[in-house]
Amino acid sequence: MKMFRIKGGIHPDERKDLAAGKAIETVPLPSLLRIPLQQHIGAPAVTVVEKGDEVKKGQVLASARGPVSAAIHAPTSGRISAIGRFVAPHPSGLPGQTITMRPDGKDEWGELPAPIEDPFAVEPDVIAERVAASGIVGMGGATFPSAVKLGLRNRNKLETLVINAAECEPYLTCDDRMMRERSEAVIDGIRILRHALGVERAIIAIEGNKPEALAALKAVCSANQFKDVLIARVPTRYPMGSEKHLVQTLTGKETPARALTADIGVVVHNVATCYAIREAVRFGRPLISRIVTVSGGAMKRTGNFEVPIGTPISHLIDHCDGFNKEPDRLLLGGPMMGQPIASTRTSIVKGSNGVLALCPDETPARQTMPCIRCASCVSACPCGLTPFEMAGHIRKEELDAAVKIGLLDCIACGSCAWVCPASIPLVQYFNYAKGKLTAQQRAKHKQEETKRLTQFREERMERQKRAKQEAMARMKAEREAKKKAEAEKKRAKQETIGA
Amino acid sequence: MSDLVGGPHAHSGSSISRTMVLVLVALTPATLFGFYEFGWPAVFLFLVTVTAAIAAESFALALGGKPQKPFLLDGSAVVTGWIIAMTLPPWAPWWIGVVGSFIAIVLAKHAFGGLGQNVFNPAMIARTVLLISFPIEMTQFLTPQPMFTGGSPGFFEGLEITFAGHTAFDAVSSASLLGAIKTQLGLGVPVNEVVGGSLSLTAMALGIVPGSMGETSAVAILLGGILLLATRTITWHAPVAMIVTMAVLAGLFQAIDPGRYPGPAIHLVSGTFLFAAFFIATDYVTAPATGMGKLIFGAGVAALTFIIRTWAAYPEGIGFAILLMNAAVPLIDHYVRPRIYGRTRSGEPIRYEEI
Repeated sequence: MKMFRIKGGIHPDERKDLAAGKAIETVPLPSLLRIPLQQHIGAPAVTVVEKGDEVKKGQVLASARGPVSAAIHAPTSGRISAIGRFVAPHPSGLPGQTITMRPDGKDEWGELPAPIEDPFAVEPDVIAERVAASGIVGMGGATFPSAVKLGLRNRNKLETLVINAAECEPYLTCDDRMMRERSEAVIDGIRILRHALGVERAIIAIEGNKPEALAALKAVCSANQFKDVLIARVPTRYPMGSEKHLVQTLTGKETPARALTADIGVVVHNVATCYAIREAVRFGRPLISRIVTVSGGAMKRTGNFEVPIGTPISHLIDHCDGFNKEPDRLLLGGPMMGQPIASTRTSIVKGSNGVLALCPDETPARQTMPCIRCASCVSACPCGLTPFEMAGHIRKEELDAAVKIGLLDCIACGSCAWVCPASIPLVQYFNYAKGKLTAQQRAKHKQEETKRLTQFREERMERQKRAKQEAMARMKAEREAKKKAEAEKKRAKQETIGA
Repeated sequence: MSDLVGGPHAHSGSSISRTMVLVLVALTPATLFGFYEFGWPAVFLFLVTVTAAIAAESFALALGGKPQKPFLLDGSAVVTGWIIAMTLPPWAPWWIGVVGSFIAIVLAKHAFGGLGQNVFNPAMIARTVLLISFPIEMTQFLTPQPMFTGGSPGFFEGLEITFAGHTAFDAVSSASLLGAIKTQLGLGVPVNEVVGGSLSLTAMALGIVPGSMGETSAVAILLGGILLLATRTITWHAPVAMIVTMAVLAGLFQAIDPGRYPGPAIHLVSGTFLFAAFFIATDYVTAPATGMGKLIFGAGVAALTFIIRTWAAYPEGIGFAILLMNAAVPLIDHYVRPRIYGRTRSGEPIRYEEI
């Protein structure tokens, strides 16, 4: 298959060998599950259970609210012990609405929706409905509700489904293991998704550093003679897993700024999402567990684990025998775009693909020096930006100038900061600026809303005043007319008498 | 781990000091060759100049209230001092090196805000200021006196030449090729008669000719340049643009009048040209950020050098050319920028024709 070159990118130390050889293991149930209601992009789910309720595995705990949201299901059977605010799996460590559940150890399935026997015979909308009901979100980390993406079929003319199995983040091997061990199911899931989107072909993009996964999927396709699924070996280069860059590598088409890949006829789904969709369609099982890579130099034992959603990170670390030395950084996700874990009491959620405990020699603890304009960041940026210049503007609080040279086109992949010889925290500069711009925009919006409401109120008061005046004038006129009429009457009477 | 740390949580391992060390390694062949060619006085002048650069850096840091350790260890002052030494006449007196280093570090670098902030290349500022202020000391070149041969001064004689003025100097002084061409052309001698004899092209490529301490040998400089390119310390843009532009211009004018204009080979291997192409025009701080920008910058430097060498009063013009183009860098960087992903060159989102 012909590949197209993308600009920039880097080759970070992969370190995938730490966990790539370890088969997927199941983790014993923890004594408590903490299930956040916000595990996806969009509105948080709304609880439909109450404290004290006994629930079965797969039962809905919280339902989607609004068009962009996702339902949440019970990962096992047990009792709801609390519904309240708890530390969220977010670097801020701020609390978020969380359902706490005590497993009863029986792991009993509740009533599930009926399996769809032949997914290729049903209408695509049936599959989209099932995906929505199963609470499936993008499992590569973006956690965008998958059903919404399936709905793009009605908005855009789609041609290709791209399966993102690049797994370009160092250390992470969960997708790799899934493709190796569950290749039949993965291919089945991809074909179901292809049918659900109504496109002719699906391309699975896998970085060349996963030859076993490539071979496993190829074997399935050739054994079954599937002609609708292409397997593409894409170059190993970070950030190959960036949606727009992956699509360009495969199709040569560049997604316009501020548009979706769907606008050029391509929809991208993560490979783990395909597996989840297949589980939901073929067996009626909602998304209640995911595969997580546990890795890093500070872990006693590394591996890939099938973890129920809501499992505390501390439980997973204990299952891996803990740390062999105090980790320098504890991360949720990969080292390039992952976030520090504020507390190990937080849980594994739908978008958690890795738990990394990195020791000092794996992480940069360098002194920041002044920029020497070496322009390494310019060559590394996959988006054609000038990071050093943007950071310079942001340092001086010239946010508009930074926007003008492309701040909002930054995908925060971190390639620039990775290459920077001065160890300037470029990504932080950009995140700071983006956050500040959002806050400014919100403030501006609020101001405009207030202005609009004030104006509205003034108009309303004016209207009321006018109405009152008019009413009074009318009443006065009526009164006078009445008086007049009475006087007329009187006069008429007098005239009659006089006559 | 209490602090909130941001991503990425991995790093390439590159650092400013690593880059500087690579530049120093790349400078080594030309430096050693210079030592061999010009003997002990060159070694002493080199040591004095580099030491003065470090002292100037430390002084400027103290003056600016900046921490000493990280900035002294980044290696940038050593590189600046080293490059200044390379561009000096090898038997120049010690104070030339000291004054040069102070001008470069204190005036050209720290007065602008220190590391990464200077608009002009510090070494080129030093060289230019020295050339204008001390034209005699700065243009007294000598025929190479390889170390351990009869003509080469011994250790103590070398100390005397560098630190106490040079009685031995007049015997061996000689004009650089570009100087000779300029003078002889003024006397009406055609170029092809000036070039030849000791000033053969082979000798110039090898560096067995009068010239600055580290700039005479095209071969040694190329060796360093290739190392910088291979380690991706520099990109090919500026050197290639400089060499191609100079070759084209010199070739064109030689074709017009071979007696008046020296050919591309002479322009390329003589003077500071190659040294500047690999070590000065590739200075991160004072060159454009994009590949296209670097091409424009390199072409501009070469063109200005050619013009100054050919029609101006100075035999060598590369210092002026670099400084003039340094001043144009903000302008180049403003207009020449990479195309943003998903946008046209003018910044509008890409539009596809409706299918």
